[in-house]
Amino acid sequence: MSIKLGVPSKGRLMEKTFDWFAKRGITLSRSGSDREYAGAVDGVEGVDLVLLSAGEIPRELAAGRIHLGVTGTDLVHEKLPRWEQQVEELEPMGFGEADLILAVPQFWIDVETLEDLDAVAAAFRRTHGHRLRIATKYHRLIREFLTDAGVADYQLVDSQGATEGTVKNETAEMIADITSTGETLRANHLKILSDGLVLRSQATLWRSRVAKCTAAEKAALKTLLAQIEA
Amino acid sequence: MPNRSQIEARAALLRQRFEVAGGVVVDPPLLQSADVLLDLYGEDIRARAYVTSDALRGEQMLRPDFTLPVVEMHMKGGAEPARYTYSGQVFRRQEHDLDRANEFLQVGYEVFDRNDPAEADAEVFALFHLQLRGLELRVATGDIGILMAAVEGLNTTEVRKAALRRHIWRPRRFRALLDRFAGRTAMPESRKKLLSTSGPLTGSAVEIGKRSTAEIDERVETLRQDAAAPVISEHEMAALEALLAVRETVPYAMEQMHDIAVDLPAILPALDRLEARAAAMKARGIDVDRLDFEASYGRTSMEYYDGFVFGFYAERRPDLPPVASGGRYDALTRLLGQGSEIPAVGGVIRPDLILTLEGEARA
Repeated sequence: MSIKLGVPSKGRLMEKTFDWFAKRGITLSRSGSDREYAGAVDGVEGVDLVLLSAGEIPRELAAGRIHLGVTGTDLVHEKLPRWEQQVEELEPMGFGEADLILAVPQFWIDVETLEDLDAVAAAFRRTHGHRLRIATKYHRLIREFLTDAGVADYQLVDSQGATEGTVKNETAEMIADITSTGETLRANHLKILSDGLVLRSQATLWRSRVAKCTAAEKAALKTLLAQIEA
Repeated sequence: MPNRSQIEARAALLRQRFEVAGGVVVDPPLLQSADVLLDLYGEDIRARAYVTSDALRGEQMLRPDFTLPVVEMHMKGGAEPARYTYSGQVFRRQEHDLDRANEFLQVGYEVFDRNDPAEADAEVFALFHLQLRGLELRVATGDIGILMAAVEGLNTTEVRKAALRRHIWRPRRFRALLDRFAGRTAMPESRKKLLSTSGPLTGSAVEIGKRSTAEIDERVETLRQDAAAPVISEHEMAALEALLAVRETVPYAMEQMHDIAVDLPAILPALDRLEARAAAMKARGIDVDRLDFEASYGRTSMEYYDGFVFGFYAERRPDLPPVASGGRYDALTRLLGQGSEIPAVGGVIRPDLILTLEGEARA
């Protein structure tokens, strides 16, 4: 049997991952048609490529169905409670950099800090009869961050995409999302809270702490890691 | 570890004793409307309760405790005064500690009585004390009402008091607000800049979302008024800090707080209530002279208590949650009562923890 390496199955994240491994003498490739999620690994023995959605990789690592995986810090921290016990961070890969942030409309000139946000949330609830809505897909991370900061009277509403648009559409008052340049935020008339940085994320190579290894697989893993670190 | 039938047998015994004391048995449903819980606790409840849903009723939660459904039930038309007891499972979502149970039995006793709150507090505490007799436990007591009275009595604006009141159960934010209102922390640059500008403030930024320009103008006005208001005096701050630090046996705590009341006279009525409670407890055979009192106790447990609070802890097992805990929650009945309210006090015991500790004592 071979060890399984999980890699994002499409887009820039896949290409950059392929480049990163290529620089280390390992060629990853997608086999067959574009629609088929199968791949090949050249340059190292005993490693299978598994193409997955980046969002599924944390779960597959935690379940031990893949030995190694490439995905963002944000997704591992959001999806795996006590992530340190389930996966080990091997190598930050230097791309896919993004910050998980809290952002409010630019025209909220009275809101720059979490303290402002908390006060505004209380007033908003009094005025509108419901809690101030924050659109996000990072429910756990945002909730823990805001609990820790002592912010109350907010409500998380789920948004799996086009989150920046939710304020204009009035399905949320503000958002919590990842951003790399802040351009999309600005284009949507949003600004980041000065103390609203929740997490700095980048594409990272993770090792599952629970995936079982035969002696041969252990050797293959060791060779692969030595080649990556070289 | 005790097994399921042992725990159930002990739960039945505990409940029976509460029945003898006058508790009418109630059996609220396992599923509760998530709306009520979310209204009360905000998103924090999602970290603590399991959520499920269907297309008709929307989000439901597996009950994280009994107090809420018992209060709801009573407020829908229970006779007065009322004493209730119950025994059943509660569910707690665990995200950080696998060793903490996510499902366990609770046995509780709740008193709804407007006649004599001190007497009702003493009745509940003495009953729990009796139920736990023979176990080596540390008893903690406190009174959130004293802290609330202190905030009410501060010589400062209503807006500041409301902000402090809102965060009594979030000690860190409470502290930060207090430091801000006392002028101990500098105003953030962004706010200084905002308050030094005049005229139309939103400028060219596009107005989006449900929060309106009028609401922003109103907040800016509130901030201006706050900046102009005098800071909370060092004198009052020192008294408040001394109050928060009180941790003594009841008689000494009372003495210390009477000294503090020279600077915070607003707490005097709350101290009278504490004194009446201590007397009622003594009359029921509690050794009040050796009972601990902590003014800050009960602020971090994500509860709704606003008066007397208590907890029984296994000193040799600091990893365990309290074996029993409870307190007064008058404001909760107001929130859920849709216009009506009634003073209420109660608590819960965990039979599984009692059995665990008894097993260890035998070993």
